[in-house]
Amino acid sequence: MKRVILEFEHADLILTRLCHQLVEQHQDFSNSALIALQPRGTILGVAIKEKLKELFKIDATLGALDTTFHRDDFRRTDRTLIPNSMEMNFEIEGKKLVLIDDVLYTGRSIRAALDTINDFGRPASIELMTLINRKYRREVPIQPDYVGGHIDSRTDDYVKVEWEGNNCKVWIIKDTDK
Amino acid sequence: MSSLSTKHLLGIKDITSSDIELIFKTADNFKQVINRPIKKVPTLRDVTIANVFFENSTRTKISFELAEKRLSAEVVNFSSSSSSVKKGETLIDTVNNILAMKVDMVVMRHPAPGAHKFLAKHINANIVNAGDGTHEHPTQALLDAYSLREHFGSLKGKNIVIVGDILHSRVALSNIYCLQKLGANVRVCGPPTLLPKHVDTLQVEVSYNLKESLEWCDAANMLRIQLERQEDKYFPSLREYSQQYGITLDILNGLSKEIVLMHPGPINRGVEIDSDVADSNQSIILNQVENGVAIRMAVLYLLAGQKTD
Repeated sequence: MKRVILEFEHADLILTRLCHQLVEQHQDFSNSALIALQPRGTILGVAIKEKLKELFKIDATLGALDTTFHRDDFRRTDRTLIPNSMEMNFEIEGKKLVLIDDVLYTGRSIRAALDTINDFGRPASIELMTLINRKYRREVPIQPDYVGGHIDSRTDDYVKVEWEGNNCKVWIIKDTDK
Repeated sequence: MSSLSTKHLLGIKDITSSDIELIFKTADNFKQVINRPIKKVPTLRDVTIANVFFENSTRTKISFELAEKRLSAEVVNFSSSSSSVKKGETLIDTVNNILAMKVDMVVMRHPAPGAHKFLAKHINANIVNAGDGTHEHPTQALLDAYSLREHFGSLKGKNIVIVGDILHSRVALSNIYCLQKLGANVRVCGPPTLLPKHVDTLQVEVSYNLKESLEWCDAANMLRIQLERQEDKYFPSLREYSQQYGITLDILNGLSKEIVLMHPGPINRGVEIDSDVADSNQSIILNQVENGVAIRMAVLYLLAGQKTD
């Protein structure tokens, strides 16, 4: 069974709201940067960057962070973890960072991301933005600062974010249909 | 292309071209890691690796050790000169004793061709071949091809010549397999006495003329004359060899195009390659050394990343 929980039009409103919340905290982004998590957070990262430009004429720095080497399930999953590309071509020392991912669930990816960021320097602060916050299954004490929407879902559900350009649609899919 | 097709890296002959591409893609990530302020990742922190060297090695050993340490693996080093091998212990006993101490991977260099295959059959650990006699040296071939790919973008249709002692060289054999799997045209060039008898089975071009081969190629891999494997005289003198098969700046400048020069090291300066050539802009010898660490990190990572039972 597939159920759409967020349509394109609604998602656009959410992106606009998230950008307003970001500007409230980070003003012109002169000492801030967006860091999107590979692989799926990067599409949201680009959408947010373009929305900031469209709404506020802000050209925010955007990086793509790959957390593969810091994951805690190495040698514990059936497949080999293959890294994605990393684009972190700017200094993060002393910067206010916003981590971006599409779905927050167990929180383990974000834990790995925090460790990976340490390898690049010491930022002033790190916040977390997620499009979908899946409640009830956090395995580490991590909470988002900017949230597109909260959803209640069963542990055997699968939440899929589908992108068409900078617009997205969010599905809940029953485990059996994955 | 989501995992290697093998549990061990015994030789390039046994792996597929998609394995090679996966290793290269992963090495790209590790190259970024080793150029960061913090050159280390914690990925292999619960993996123990034994470096077992039954033959001398400087750069391969350092390169593997650095790769292992940058992946945060636990490392134990073992060399035959200071071990029970001298007291007559067999290879399998030596390695089983090391494995009894809960070692997950073995990086081994051994003078006997095929020693790694034998070991892989009998013990339960990932084996990485760091050179077996005159047979294969897979990580060297991977880093050579990776350095060329970095320079040319792709190796498809490129002409590569391997010059020198093909007969005794494990680097040459692994390079031939690797370059062919990536679609390059391979030629070997050297004195007839230093080309193996079975060279026609390798599907490579053969030439005895250095200048003509350099005109033909996009890149030349200059092998070291292995003085330690020359009990029999394969050529009259080093001086004669260097006159026939050594690259000088005059030869390089006389070519109609710029070619890329490689050398697996250690260099016999003035024999197979002149100092000013080795240090010229066309040489990527030091890139090879840097890429060696990234390639070895990728190999160890991908082998260790397969699920353990």
